[in-house]
Amino acid sequence: MAHFDENARPFSNKWLDERIGINTLKRVLSTEYWIPKNINFLWAMGMVLAATFGMLLISGIFLLMYYIPDTKQAFDSVNYTIMSQVGYGWLWRHIHGVGASVVFLIIYIHMFTGIYYGSYKRGRELIWLSGMLLFVVFSAEAFSGYMLPWGQMSYWAGMVITNLFSGGSLHANGLVEWIRGDYIPGQAYLGRFFMLHVLLLPLVIIGLIVFHFGTLRLPHVNNKDGEEFDFAAEAEKYKAGNKKESKVIPFNPVFLSKDVFVMGIYFIFFFYLVFYHFEFAMDPVNFDPANGLKTPTHIYPEWYFLWSYEILRPFPTDPGLIAFAFAQVIFFALPFLDRSPNVAPANRRGIFKFWFWALLVDMIILTFMGKVPPVQPWSNIGLVAAVTFIALWILLPIITKLEKKL
Amino acid sequence: MSNRRDFMGMALGAFTGLGALGALYAAKRTWDPLPSVKAAGFTTIDVSKAPENVLITEVWRGKPIFILKQSKEMVEKAKNRPISNNSKFKDIDRLIKIGNDYYMVVVGLCTHLGCIPDYRPEKENFLCACHGGMYNSSSDVIKAPPPRGLDIPPFKIDGTKLVLGEEGPEYKKLLADGITLPV
Ligand code: HEM
Ligand code: FES
Repeated sequence: MAHFDENARPFSNKWLDERIGINTLKRVLSTEYWIPKNINFLWAMGMVLAATFGMLLISGIFLLMYYIPDTKQAFDSVNYTIMSQVGYGWLWRHIHGVGASVVFLIIYIHMFTGIYYGSYKRGRELIWLSGMLLFVVFSAEAFSGYMLPWGQMSYWAGMVITNLFSGGSLHANGLVEWIRGDYIPGQAYLGRFFMLHVLLLPLVIIGLIVFHFGTLRLPHVNNKDGEEFDFAAEAEKYKAGNKKESKVIPFNPVFLSKDVFVMGIYFIFFFYLVFYHFEFAMDPVNFDPANGLKTPTHIYPEWYFLWSYEILRPFPTDPGLIAFAFAQVIFFALPFLDRSPNVAPANRRGIFKFWFWALLVDMIILTFMGKVPPVQPWSNIGLVAAVTFIALWILLPIITKLEKKL
Repeated sequence: MSNRRDFMGMALGAFTGLGALGALYAAKRTWDPLPSVKAAGFTTIDVSKAPENVLITEVWRGKPIFILKQSKEMVEKAKNRPISNNSKFKDIDRLIKIGNDYYMVVVGLCTHLGCIPDYRPEKENFLCACHGGMYNSSSDVIKAPPPRGLDIPPFKIDGTKLVLGEEGPEYKKLLADGITLPV
């Protein structure tokens, strides 16, 4: 039997430590979780993401109080009840809509930061893979949430995206009907996507965030120079009082205070959007109720899916699906396709520097081309950008193999 | 000792595995379409009063059904046009003959990803706004990305009426010839 001090005040530090090892927990997870000094604001994006997820969760809980997952009532429960009857209902809806859009902006910045600094290899592979899983599940979460207001865009996005599962010439209509629970998106469809959006996927996301944090603990975060150093030795210096010489700071309270500063700036921007520019996150077409007998003249996904949509669109069905599937999974393979041992910022890595910027610019071009109607010259620009995307990934192992060791 | 442990481990594993399989099957069946959805699958349409070259839209299983009565010239053109994916047949074979008239009867969902194409009577063709696919007046594909012409729903001819959802001999022949795919 362990030793319990009978005189310890209930819920005092000592009392808690004897029962749940609170001091060990604090040490391992916060006060002695060491973060390099040599980083910049881009390393705050992870905590910004966690905070944005928190905003989505809280606003979602309030929306859930009045939302009705019924094809006849869903549209009005959102556009009438929540927007004009429920006190401050509009606030939750705008936070939720803006949050869902902005979270992807931050995810892309976070991903490209990782790519730029090489933070996905030499011990950090699992950080990258768990991050990619988060990206995929977030995408599913965004898509399922988009179904819920049951407007024209909800319905037709649902139609088009579920049809992807027929696999083109495989003609797997049975699978599509199974996913929908109907021949077309209907009540069964709305019900199951509601379940996914409000319960199953958020649970998976929370689990994955915990796992993502877990994968960071031993490798520690990277730094601006990709420098490898002895965390234990640097930590000793810090603890001995040589804070200036030490290359590290503790996560809590030192690094966290920097995180909170960046979050402060971010939330000014976030709430500016929520109060003054929420319309960018609300597609006007989705303010028409779903109608299975009328396709909107021009359908397109939300901005964060446009680049992968544009990889599908310029090709005939089968090659289009293959290219699309390629785009969905290829980022997972990054740690294994990059054959260079260098962990360094892209601008010091020779050809990889051009690869990095080419990929970023190409994806921005794809994003713009995905938004315009499928006519010339846009279709051709989209086609070239889609082929470039695939070519870049095929070239990656070759150019990184040729890279000189730093 | 360790043998007994192994045995119990395997027995537990086997039973848990069986339970997991059963649960998976139940989950799969819960996602299946309900019997009521499956049963509501028949629609009867009278086509005799349809005007030529005017698109009529009906509903079957929640999907739009396009009916286009062909004019004389459209029929002549269809007789001479080969089907894009099936060299043995002509576009006329995609049309359904009821009495002396020819009708295009198809599911009005693009075979690419399911948008509803728009009929343009003056150009006698369909344009799908989603990704720019096009079909001619007998619904064969004339511009990618759609992989094939619009799908023909299962039908049975009953005088001047069409029963959608039932498979008549004419429909079975279209399937057997590979002119349309099951929907
Ligand atoms: C909501 C989703 C996510 C949350 C909450 C999250 C959270 C975090 C946090 C708190 C950190 C440590 C601080 C930092 O370096 O920014 C981190 C690091 C990292 N994350 Fe994420 N992340 C998410 C999604 C992603 C995605 C989609 C990827 C890319 C596939 C990714 C890849 C990484 C990488 C490579 C690191 C290490 C950075 C370094 O070592 O410098 N994460 N994440
Ligand atoms: S859905 Fe018609 S062209 Fe893609």
